[in-house]
Formats: sequence, C-alpha cells, structure tokens
Amino acid sequence: MSFTVVKAQPGGELPGGEALTWSDGGLGRREFLRRACIIAAGVVGLPSSAAAKMYEETVVKGKKPSVIWLHFQECTGCTESLLRAEHPPLDDLLLDLISLDYHETLLAAAGKQAEAARTQAMRANAGKYILVVEGAIPMKDNGIYCKVGGKTAVEILNECAAQAGAIIAIGSCASWGGIPSSDPNPTGAVGVTGALKGKTVVTIPGCPANPYNFLGTALQFATFGTLPALDSKGRPKFAYGRTIHEDCPRRPHFDAGRFALKYGDQGHRDGWCLYQLGCKGPVTHANCSLQPFGEVPGAWPIGIGHPCFGCTEQFVGFSIAQSTTVPIENPTPSTTFAAVNSGGGKMGVAAVGVGGAILGAVVSAGYKFSTTLDAEKPSADEEA
Amino acid sequence: MSHATAPVGGRILTKPMLVLLGLFGLAAALLLWRFIQGLGAVTAMSDRYPWGLWIAYDVVTGTALACGGYALAILIYILNKGRFHPLIRSAILTSALGYTLGGFSVIVDLGRFWNVWKVPTLFWKWNFSSILLEVALCIMAYMFVLWIELAPAFLEGAKAAGNPKLRRLAETTLGPLEKAMPFIVALGLLLPTMHQSSLGSLMMLAGQKVHPLWQTPLLPLLFLISCICMGYGVVVLESALSSTYFGLPRETPLLRRLGRVVAPLLGLYLVLRLGDLAIHGKLGLIFTSGFFSVLFLAEMALFVTPIVMFYTEAKPKLGQLFRGAMMIVLAGALYRFSTFLVAFRPSKGWVYFPSVGETLITVGLIAGEIAAYIFVVKKFPILQSRPQRATVRRLGADVIDRLPIPSTAPASGD
Amino acid sequence: MSLSRRSLLKGLATAGAGIAGLPAAGQAKELKRRPDDAVGLLYDATKCIGCKACMTACREANGLTAAERDGKWYDPQSLSGNAKNVISFYRGPKGEESFMKMQCMHCVDPACVSVCMLGALKKGDKGIVTYDADACVGCRYCQVACPFNVPAFEWGKATPKIVKCELCRDRLAQGKIPACAEVCPRHAVIFGSYTELLEEAHRRLATEPKRYVPKVYGEKDGGGTQVLYLTAAGIPFEKLGLPALGEKSVPSLPETIQHTIYKGFLAPVVLYGALGAVIFRNRRKSAAGGEEGDA
Repeated sequence: MSFTVVKAQPGGELPGGEALTWSDGGLGRREFLRRACIIAAGVVGLPSSAAAKMYEETVVKGKKPSVIWLHFQECTGCTESLLRAEHPPLDDLLLDLISLDYHETLLAAAGKQAEAARTQAMRANAGKYILVVEGAIPMKDNGIYCKVGGKTAVEILNECAAQAGAIIAIGSCASWGGIPSSDPNPTGAVGVTGALKGKTVVTIPGCPANPYNFLGTALQFATFGTLPALDSKGRPKFAYGRTIHEDCPRRPHFDAGRFALKYGDQGHRDGWCLYQLGCKGPVTHANCSLQPFGEVPGAWPIGIGHPCFGCTEQFVGFSIAQSTTVPIENPTPSTTFAAVNSGGGKMGVAAVGVGGAILGAVVSAGYKFSTTLDAEKPSADEEA
Repeated sequence: MSHATAPVGGRILTKPMLVLLGLFGLAAALLLWRFIQGLGAVTAMSDRYPWGLWIAYDVVTGTALACGGYALAILIYILNKGRFHPLIRSAILTSALGYTLGGFSVIVDLGRFWNVWKVPTLFWKWNFSSILLEVALCIMAYMFVLWIELAPAFLEGAKAAGNPKLRRLAETTLGPLEKAMPFIVALGLLLPTMHQSSLGSLMMLAGQKVHPLWQTPLLPLLFLISCICMGYGVVVLESALSSTYFGLPRETPLLRRLGRVVAPLLGLYLVLRLGDLAIHGKLGLIFTSGFFSVLFLAEMALFVTPIVMFYTEAKPKLGQLFRGAMMIVLAGALYRFSTFLVAFRPSKGWVYFPSVGETLITVGLIAGEIAAYIFVVKKFPILQSRPQRATVRRLGADVIDRLPIPSTAPASGD
Repeated sequence: MSLSRRSLLKGLATAGAGIAGLPAAGQAKELKRRPDDAVGLLYDATKCIGCKACMTACREANGLTAAERDGKWYDPQSLSGNAKNVISFYRGPKGEESFMKMQCMHCVDPACVSVCMLGALKKGDKGIVTYDADACVGCRYCQVACPFNVPAFEWGKATPKIVKCELCRDRLAQGKIPACAEVCPRHAVIFGSYTELLEEAHRRLATEPKRYVPKVYGEKDGGGTQVLYLTAAGIPFEKLGLPALGEKSVPSLPETIQHTIYKGFLAPVVLYGALGAVIFRNRRKSAAGGEEGDA
C-alpha cells in the first residue's frame, strides 16, 4: 500500500515540511475510500479481507448505517478529535461510509427540526442504528442539569438506546463520567453504563478518545454487525487491553531505572522515563503510544515529555494528582540481576541484644542462686 | 507416697506470680499479632531458616528439658531404684507442662495450623517415611500420657477439697487408675524413647546443610542420651529451686545419687560423639572449622565439666550439684541449638537470629509454664509435704529409704 | 559406682532384648526410579541471554502478582512466595559470566516428599512434584530438607502456603507446555520427556565438548532430578548454586534407618512389652519387700 505524498492544502501545512494528507486529487474517490477501509480494518485488528467487505457494503452497495450521535455533559473534544482524523477524513466518513442522522455540532438543522430528524431516523432504522454518546449524564435531581429540547439527558438516552443496534460511548465522560464526575461531582454525573442498565455499551474512553479506536469499532459494526471483543468495562480489547506502560517507547529507561526527576532536568531532556513525575502509564489502559491521535506521530503526552495523565481510567484521570506516583499493574523484571546466591534473613541488633541479655541473665541468676546454696549450712539429713 | 506429698499452699498471686503472668500476657498479645499478620511479621525466620527459636528451643530443647519424668521413670520403674520416687511427681508435672508448652509452640509455629487436626486423624494420608510425623504423633500421645500420670495428684487434691462431686469422682477413678498405671508408665517410657531420638533424626534429612561436625547417622542416639542427661539435670534444678522457694526439705542425697547416674551417661555421649567423628575421619575438623570449632569445643566443655565435678567430689554440695546440672542442661541445649540452627547453614550469606518478638513470645510462654507449675504445686499434692522433714529427722534417712517401694500410683485411701 | 553392675545390666538387657527381636535388619530402601513417562526441563546456561521472559511468563501463568523491588519491578532476588522461577547472574573471578535459572528440580527421590507428614508434597503424574495445600500444616520441614532450597513460604500471609514450581501442570493438562519453556526466545530452557532431554543433553556434550563442563547435572546428582542442567566450560555447577550431592538421594540414608527401626512397628511393640514386663516384675519384687539397692 503506498500513499501519494501531496502538498498540503492551504492551512493544513505542518511546520518544517510536507504534510502527509489524503487528498482526493491523487487517487480517485473510490480508491481512496478503499484504502480508508483497509486502514480502519487494520485499526480494529481485522484482516484485509474485512476491509474489502467494509468497502463493498458501504461504498459499493451504499448501505450506510445510520448513526445517532448524542451530546450531553461534554466539551465536544471527542467530536473535534474525530474531525482531525484523516483516514478516513470526516467528510468522506459522513458522506460515503455512514449516514450521520443526528449530530448537534455538525447538523445543519437546529431546534425542532433537528429533533424531528432524530426521531424519524430512529423509526426508520429501528434496531439497526448506531447510537453514539458523547459526554456524561447527570443523574442528580432527576437529571435536570442537562436538558436538550426540554428533555433530560437520561430520558433522551433511554429513549434512543431502546431501539439502538449498537451503543458506543465515546470519550471518558460518556464511558465513566470523566471531568463532570470528578470530586465533588455536584451533578451526579455518570457514564452511559451508569445511566443505562442491562445493555451492552462499547466504551471508548480517553480525553479525548482516540478517533481511530472509535472508527474501527463503528466500521466493524457497520460492515459485519459485530462488535470487537470487549473487556469487563466494555472497552475494545484491541485498544485498551494493555497499559501504556507495557507499550511505552520510554520503557527501556524504566527497566534500567533511568528517571526524569524534575521537569527540565538532564534526564528529562534526555527523554528518560517519566514515572517519578507521576506518569499514570502503569495503571492506564490505552493505545496512545501505538496509534497516533492526529496525523502527527508523537503528539501525545509522553511523546512530548509530559507524564501520562490517565485520562482513560476512572479513579485515575481527574482523580489522582499528576505528581502522585502509582503502583505498577503488571510488574516485570528490570534490567538488573540477582546474584546466584543473594543472601538474606534477619539478624537485628535489638534482637541479638535482647536474646543475649536474657540468656546472660538466666545463666548468671542461676549461678548466683547456686552460690546462695553454697552458703547454706547443710542439715544433718542432707549428709546422707 | 501420697501422704508424703501435699499442696504447698499459700497465696497464688504473689509478686513473682504477677510478673510471670505479665510476661505471659505480653506473649499473648504478640501471639495475636502473629496470627493476624503472619509469621513474617513477628519472627525473623526466612526461607533458608524456616525453623527458628520456636522449633530449636520450645519444641526440641523444651521437650528435652521436660524429660525429667522420663529419665526418673527409667531409674525408678526399670532399674528399680525406688529411692528416687519422691522426685517423680514434680518431675512429671514439669514434664507435662514442658510438653504442653512444646505442643502449644508447635501450633504457634505452624503456618497452616488449622490443618493440624488432620495429623492424628487422617491416618490414610500418613507418610510413614516422615520422621516428623512420628515425632508429632508420639508427642501428642505422650502429652496425653503425662497428664494421665499426673491425674492421681489432681484427684487426690480434689478428694481433699470440699467439693463432694469432685470427691466422688476421685474416689471412683483413683482405683482403676492405679491398676492401669503400669501400662501407662510403660507407654511413658516407650514414647519419649521414640520421639526424642527421632527429634535428632529430623536433621539427618538436612544432609550437607548441617555442618559435618554435627551431621551424623548417630543423631538419634546422641539426642536420646543427651535428653536423658538433661532430664536428670532438670530434676536437680527443679528440686533445689522448689525446696528453696517453697520452704521444703532438701533432697540433696537423692540428687547426689542422680549425679552419679548422670556422669557415666555424659561419658557415653562423649565417647559416641567423638568416636563417630573419628570413624568418619572428621576429627580434624574440630580445630579447623573457625567459628564452628569454637561452638564444638564449647559443647564438649559443657559435657565434660559435670563429669569431672561429679567424679572428683565424693559428696558434692547442693550448690555444686546445681552448677553441674546447669551445665548439663546448657550442654544439651547447645547441642540441639547447634544441630538445628547454628550449625545449619543452607546458603552462604543468609543469617538468622530470633527477633525480639520471637524471643518475647518464648519467654512469655515459659513464664506461663512456670506460673502454671507454681499454681499446681500450691494447690495439689505434688511436692513433698513439710511434716516429712520432721519424720525424716525422727526416723532417720536410712529407715525412710527402706520403707516399702510405693506402687506406681498412690494407694487409694489414706 | 553407685549402680550395681547387675541392676544396670539387667535393666538394659530387657530393653535391648526387645529391640534385638527385630527381623533381619535393614534391607536398604528401594532405590526410587524415574517414572517411564517422566517429563522435565533442560536448561542450557550457555544459551540463556538473561532476558527474563521466563520469569514474566511464569509469573503470569501462576497468578503471582506483587512487585518486588521498590514496588516497581518484579525483581525477586531468590525463589520466594512470589517467585517460582528466578534468573540470576554469575560473574567469576576471571570475568567468566553465566546466567542461571532456578526452580524446582523435580527430584526422582525428593527430600521434600520424604519428609512431608501428610503427603502434601508428593511425586505425581509424570514425576512432577506437586503440592496440595489442604494436606499442608505449614511445618516447613520441606524447606529444611530440600538440598536446593526450593520450597518457599509465604511469610507475609496469615494463611500461608508453600510455593514452588509445579511444571505448570494445569497448562500440561490443557496440552500446553510450561510457560517458561514456551516463551524462551533462545530455547535455552526446553521441555520434553526426560529421556529425550537427557539424550539431547548428551548430544550437545558430544557435539561441542569444548563449550560445556562435561557433565549433565541432575542425571545422577542427589539420586537424579528431572530438571537437567548444562553449564559453560570453566563455570562449575557449584558456582551456579547447584551443590555437589553425590549419587545417593537425600532421604536414602535416613529412610533406611527409620524403616529399619520401625519396620512393621514391631520394635516399638516389642519394646513396650518388654518395658511392661520389667515394671510388673519390679512391682512384684518390691511388694515382696526390699529393693535392689546399691551396695
């Protein structure tokens, strides 16, 4: 597979050189989309034969799945993240691969018309549409802290989820509550699984979520009607099965015990491990080091020299202070070795002191006692 | 001689008693910690030193110290030296308490103690190759035997006490108990022979991990002989201490005779020990083993000196007997500590010394044992009664010695 | 002498008679044989690169979790309640270097099995030495007896167990091989039937004699083990922590002595009878008046 390197569109140029962009100028729409499907399939871990099927179903046969995208307590960062994806770019995604029937940010319509579009699409695609949720759902006081079109978030969610074919929670807020849920959580914000019981929800945590994790999942469902293997929190294992620590490019520094101890010190400048600065990589499940977010590899926290924040993990991101170090979830040996016989055991100074003193006391007491016996005058009957 | 023994009487909660109980209470608190947090939290034991103070002292040395009853029983019931009989009851009490302490310490030391009931009951799982199994079963049985041997004392005490129900119990059980005593005493001679020697055999399995000056196939025999010596030693110590602290008549002539019994046994131990080293060509090691040479020579000195004392002195005084007995006890203890701990070096660079917690628990348990001893002798007829002193003076020691040998249990009724 | 010769001899003779009534003493303990389907490992120290993938794989396969050093790394310094397999490093005085893999040796006649009271440790299928916590009282005699210091104890737990390699027998039951052998990138440790492994070890010694110390450790050592070792020429096995044990297994002598003395429990019963007889006789004598005194 080769990419055509073309000059970036105006405004899309990166400092320092050519940008690698997809442009329909070089390849032709269909070929381009075919390649987009291959990449999307690769992201999810499906073979290239799956990509062919994806292409056929969506582009050739035009069977684009309906997508209803809800926004609740969110910053729209996940949508923005998706917008910056280039393969496939969002316009191609929207026009050729899926049918985005409701999206508050991107929809041209507004107000009652928008709501009508939603309910119509839901009716027409009942049981088949993909429901994507972005943002947390407030539960306190019957959920009045987020209302769209006069309905509370939790009402809308339940209404839309009833007939959904698949439910995807994109971003940490929708996955487990995210920023809105951090202490003291005044609105009672929860993720989709907290507001919706008894349904399979794919969660794609991250702040923002990696758009390719979402794209791979959505396209798999769109093509095959199946969801990728999920872990106990509903996260696709292909993306969230391992911790950042396990795939970190700075791991050799960790294993050798080379740590940056202060921002800007020599170790930091040399790119050493950021664990001592509070990197949450060891407890954070995500694939940020393997799958770049935007089109700039290395544009992620550790890549730019900042310790991981743990944004995908509930109780880590927005919960534990950045500078606090965390235990290692899956410890493996370091680069140092034990000696064949490394010694061990305890011989405490106090212990020796106490033991010796007691023994000494007993023996000397016994000896002293025997001298008092010596001093005694034996009675007649003892002389037998 | 039931009428020759009597409760010492007197207040139970004296100052020394309170000190002892205080130490025991400290041990109990530490034990709670041990059971909640695990052995590693309280002891200094490690994977290379899995047996520490509690095994080396509480179980191995402690039970050897508790062999006074066994050693005396050999003299009295096998060699028919009835004159030693006045010593037997307190020796059996010391033995019973010592073995109970040892048994309790085993439970404390076991990592999975809740499974210990399986050892005597799940007989189909018994591994007959395991020497430790034999030790465990023997000790369990022997503990039982010791308390039964002591039962007449408790029953007599109950009889003398006010309670009519207890008196009736005593009256009905004392007779049959007396009849059964020979079988029980024979058991009380067989079982320690088996397990005290096996305690030595335990360390044979450690092979090269025990220093060659201590590792030998003769371990069972050496442990048996030294345990009998320690038993006599303890009898002397205990007699001297009790007669002092409870104001009872001295038993020095008997103790002298014990000294003369023990001396050849100590000699036998030394002959076997050194002879074994000679046969296996290990004599050279005695002087070329650095720290272990010192340890070995200290052990030899402690075994030899009492022999010299008891042979050079025609009539050793009580103080000398006491010092000799102390040395015998220390000799046997040193031998056991060496075999199990000090001369046990499984890997270079690993060390062990009992932690403060371990030591305090052992000290507290011993304090509890002593407190129990004091309580029992004050309440029950274990030690010689005071009037005995007058009787002896009146009748003369010779006459007393020629009185009929009492049956192995006191005659029922007075 | 205070004891009359007569009384002493009499007393000892009666006891001795009991023991003398033993059947013909000590047939030596039958030498234990390797089971025909014995499996094991062959570790070739010259191939090991110290990557410790086997340690990680063992840790995962056995559900051992805690980090060992500063809470960050899984760095057990020796076998422990948290480590059934440890890679260590040896550097000699002339700069010679070798890695060493340590885990249970699965001896043919294991000392730990011999001493275990209720058989919690026993030689199971295919000769693997297995552990059953239900029969274990935590006496730790196995730790005292093992010449390789393998069994580890969970000192930090209120409900501790003995922990040691069991050749991944759960994985074997599923048709897989031990995790360490599966993951080793250089095949420094391999798994197979004992006979195949021994053949392979000798083949290597024959093909490259200058590379190795000319001996397969475990073939006869300590009565034989099912885990075999090859070491680089110039690095003796003792330096890697494998003691010089001779060809007899650790339990062979003590078991012979124990079985001889207690065969069929005859000796204790006879001794008991003898003791009882002496006691009764002495009682009768003393009832008739007069004791055996000293002169």
